[in-house]
Amino acid sequence: MIALERRPAPSAVWRWATPPLAVLLTMVAGGAMFAALGQDPLVAIRTIFWDPLFAEQFASYARPQLLVKAGPLILIAIGLAMGFRAGVWNIGAEGQYIVGAICGAAAGLALYPADTRLILPLMALAGALGGWAWAMIPALLRTRFGTNEILVSLLLVYVAEQLVAAMALGPLRNPDGGGFPGSRNLARWDSSANPELIVGTGMHWGVVAAFIAVIAAHVMFTRHLAGFQIRLMGEAPRAARFGGVRAGRLVILCFGVSGALAGLAGLFEVTGPAGQLNIDFGAGYGFTAIIVAFLGRLHPIGILLAGLLMALTYIGGELAQLTLGLPAAAIQAFQGMLLFFLLGVDVFTNYRLRLGRRRIA
Amino acid sequence: MSALLQVRGLSKAYPGVVANKDVDLTVQQGEIHALLGENGAGKSTLVKAIYGLVKPDAGTMALLGKPYAPPEPRAARRAGVAMVFQHFSLFDALSVAENVGLGMETPPRLRVLAAEIAQVSRAYGLPLDPAARVGDLSAGARQRVEIVRCLLQEPKLLIMDEPTSVLTPQEVEILFATLQKLAREGTSILYISHKLEEIRALCRRATILRRGRVVGTCDPRSVSTAQLAELMVGTSLKRPDREGRNRGPVVLALKDLSVPAPGRFGTALSGIRLTVEGGEIVGIGGVAGNGQDELLAALSGELPVGPRMIELEGEEIGTLGPVARRRLGLLAAPEERLGHAAAPDMSLTENAALTGWMREPILRRGFLDWKAARSFAQKVIESFDVRTPGPGTAARALSGGNLQKFVIGREVLQRPRVLVVNQPTWGVDAAAAAAIRQALIDLARGGAGVVVITQDLDEILELADRFAALNAGRLTPPVPTEGLTMERIGLMLGGAHDMDVARPDEAHQIMESYDAPA
Repeated sequence: MIALERRPAPSAVWRWATPPLAVLLTMVAGGAMFAALGQDPLVAIRTIFWDPLFAEQFASYARPQLLVKAGPLILIAIGLAMGFRAGVWNIGAEGQYIVGAICGAAAGLALYPADTRLILPLMALAGALGGWAWAMIPALLRTRFGTNEILVSLLLVYVAEQLVAAMALGPLRNPDGGGFPGSRNLARWDSSANPELIVGTGMHWGVVAAFIAVIAAHVMFTRHLAGFQIRLMGEAPRAARFGGVRAGRLVILCFGVSGALAGLAGLFEVTGPAGQLNIDFGAGYGFTAIIVAFLGRLHPIGILLAGLLMALTYIGGELAQLTLGLPAAAIQAFQGMLLFFLLGVDVFTNYRLRLGRRRIA
Repeated sequence: MSALLQVRGLSKAYPGVVANKDVDLTVQQGEIHALLGENGAGKSTLVKAIYGLVKPDAGTMALLGKPYAPPEPRAARRAGVAMVFQHFSLFDALSVAENVGLGMETPPRLRVLAAEIAQVSRAYGLPLDPAARVGDLSAGARQRVEIVRCLLQEPKLLIMDEPTSVLTPQEVEILFATLQKLAREGTSILYISHKLEEIRALCRRATILRRGRVVGTCDPRSVSTAQLAELMVGTSLKRPDREGRNRGPVVLALKDLSVPAPGRFGTALSGIRLTVEGGEIVGIGGVAGNGQDELLAALSGELPVGPRMIELEGEEIGTLGPVARRRLGLLAAPEERLGHAAAPDMSLTENAALTGWMREPILRRGFLDWKAARSFAQKVIESFDVRTPGPGTAARALSGGNLQKFVIGREVLQRPRVLVVNQPTWGVDAAAAAAIRQALIDLARGGAGVVVITQDLDEILELADRFAALNAGRLTPPVPTEGLTMERIGLMLGGAHDMDVARPDEAHQIMESYDAPA
């Protein structure tokens, strides 16, 4: 008989060993899946994890993509981690990301074709506010009426998707676009462009914002009272209330920050890599960021690494589709396995495995 | 009489602790056998082994002469061993009959079961309505549910773990009458307690454990309470020194404090009036679930109250939250250590900061100074003799008594004007309890007002200057503890109960009915 026995204290070794182990298990199980699809598993794994960074013919394109993709993931995941640590479940970052992009783009386009350096900062502010406002809906519904924030925030994603489609076809459509859906190209308008800051690295303002968020979050979690109270509320809600934490305020704070960061990520995406607001603007960063947050142990530094890893699977996945003809669904399944194995292996942080016939009461 | 249960050389070790070492125990048929010992002496481990919850490392057991080694509680129950736990395992939202049915291997139909419950509860003088919802019952009635659940299995051995800790003195009398009737009918009872008086009243034989070993077997009525206590503790304990206190002006005043019940099974507080002077210790007694948690929460600021209901040194603080109240000097230590007074997975340093940041120099411009928090934690650990490797240890790794010393010490060292504590020595060994009580007295000596909410009546007599009983959310007017008898306390505790008034004359009637021929 196999039994799980609760550890007297969570194992620090397992806490940090589980993510690499989960990656390893994902490679094994994913390799098996690729083999079942008729591919050489070793080649597939190499294509996903190695080629984007080190293969001559792909690296020049793929390497900058790493930061381009990791930037929004990290930025969103940092905000989500704040909430997740406090037991506040914002599952709707994708919606806040979209609404942030809409608001930021609208603020910029309202001033088109003005020429001033102030427009991008103004748009960033509008984007953050948009994401914040969208996140306030589930936050206020929860604190005022006790609704379930998981459901509300998730369902608002689909509302946001309809909204961006309506905007791309209606008010924000490019008047010079010959009737095609989609806004003006914000990346080509100097005042609103969010360019690659250092050529060949993929570094843009969104990546800078992500790095700043990582540092700020790290300082907040380790040193600031707010970070301490967030951890308290997540770990022991009654003790938190006893220690003067106001749960409602913290819910609003966590949703507000994660919404604003998601909105900011959306704005930097629409002004940079995406270029314009279009029907299919939402690319799933908001959902993938949930995986990134957990893969990174809800720890800022962990999230930084997890974001880079997740971005790599994105790029490598695309590459595998291109060169090996793997279906897109297989890549998504591969990414899903990562979260699955992480949560599975996570059990060992708090439990140890016991083999034998011993019964545990 | 012949031996029902024989335990020989039983040992059980946990990582770092030897819970039982070479324990011998013999329980005769039809006897009420006391298992005495301090908290942590190994009583619980021993009975858990008998009940099949713990597998001993060594030793043998025999039931009615046959080898007995239950791998799980189900086997123990089949063999005729039943147990009433200190903490009830009942579902608040279900009826008495449903709860009883859930604990049975093959429950009969609910209507049949209800009839059986009614019959058993009549036969043993355990007033109980099978259709009542458990959430509405008093602690005493809940315990009766557990007892009836056991009796329906017609056990040969009934284990009772600290059964009187939640009962009023009158309810205790009813329980004792029931146990004596059971014993007369041939059921053996293994009775666990650390209360010497009740053991002297109930039991003819006692096995005394200390640090996992049997240190003696005796007839508790033939030795003095002091001798028993010395056997249990190993040394003689000195009573706390209450002298040398000066009364000051009123520091805390509750003026018609009323709070609606928080949640489905909470207790509403109504019209509570109390004043506490500086240097005074007020004891608030009552059976669990009569509003103790709510009173603490209303005082700590966790439960919102009306603006004029609480005055701290003349200032109305009803609308203030926990942080503002603590800054003014009203501090509290709740009953539940893990999860309420302390965050289980956080270190002692972090737990010191949990309330410490409001009064200690730990917070600077919104940032926590962990070095200062650590030295505050270290100070608590040293001044209150908390046994732990260091402030980096997680709270949940500490024993109950050590964590309690830490939690009380954390508040006491913040120099409160008023300290409110709920069950300060619950589940704490005698030495630690004495240290905690002395710390509370010293705090009062320094001029602070202290409110001790407790179910331990001895603690009230030992600590408090005045006593008030909390009953269904109402507080009796406080009376001086000097010259107060247990009987009078019991009447105050039972006073406002409506449905299950447990009056002594009732208990006598029940006892008399046992003696009458059936």
